[in-house]
Amino acid sequence: MILSIVASVIGVGFVVAGIVFAVIGSIGVLRLPDFYTRMHAACKMDTMSLGLCMIGLAILQGPDLNAVKLLLIFLFVSIANPAAASALGRSAMRAKLEPWTVRQTRKDGRA
Amino acid sequence: MTTAVFLLTLAFAVAVLLPFYRVVVGPTVFDRMMGIGVIGTKTVILVCLAGFAYGRLDMFIDIAIAYAMLNYIGTVVVAKYLDSGGARLR
Repeated sequence: MILSIVASVIGVGFVVAGIVFAVIGSIGVLRLPDFYTRMHAACKMDTMSLGLCMIGLAILQGPDLNAVKLLLIFLFVSIANPAAASALGRSAMRAKLEPWTVRQTRKDGRA
Repeated sequence: MTTAVFLLTLAFAVAVLLPFYRVVVGPTVFDRMMGIGVIGTKTVILVCLAGFAYGRLDMFIDIAIAYAMLNYIGTVVVAKYLDSGGARLR
């Protein structure tokens, strides 16, 4: 009984931490000034929030086949999501998309 | 506890809605693709949370696995296409 309550609290805590990371990542995607900085926010925060949510749901689910599947999703996405972000960033570099600098900001007059 | 996860799912839907701004008004095509990738990754989490809230995690989790693979393949394919000269800035 006590163990079940402790597992529930820890699992919901992990899920809440994942949701906080997801909201921070979304705000970063909206607010940051450049494609590369936005990519930095999006890739890292998404991988982290998915990992925390999957671990939390696996703890809530208990030792089960579904918990193993959740951890397999976490393993797959933690490999695939940085690879996809790296491919997209490399194609942006090859298309000569210029990185953001302070001088460019002063010229454009935007924050 | 199912109710708590359901409320967390509703809170998470707001975080999924925010990157749509970047998909619609993103200055370059790379911003749009990155927004689509962000929404896809967040949708995987949303599907898993909804499956737990409805008590049918064994059914929803296979959908989540398929969605994660499709999201990765789609982003890499479009990045390769833009790499081969399809990108127009502005």
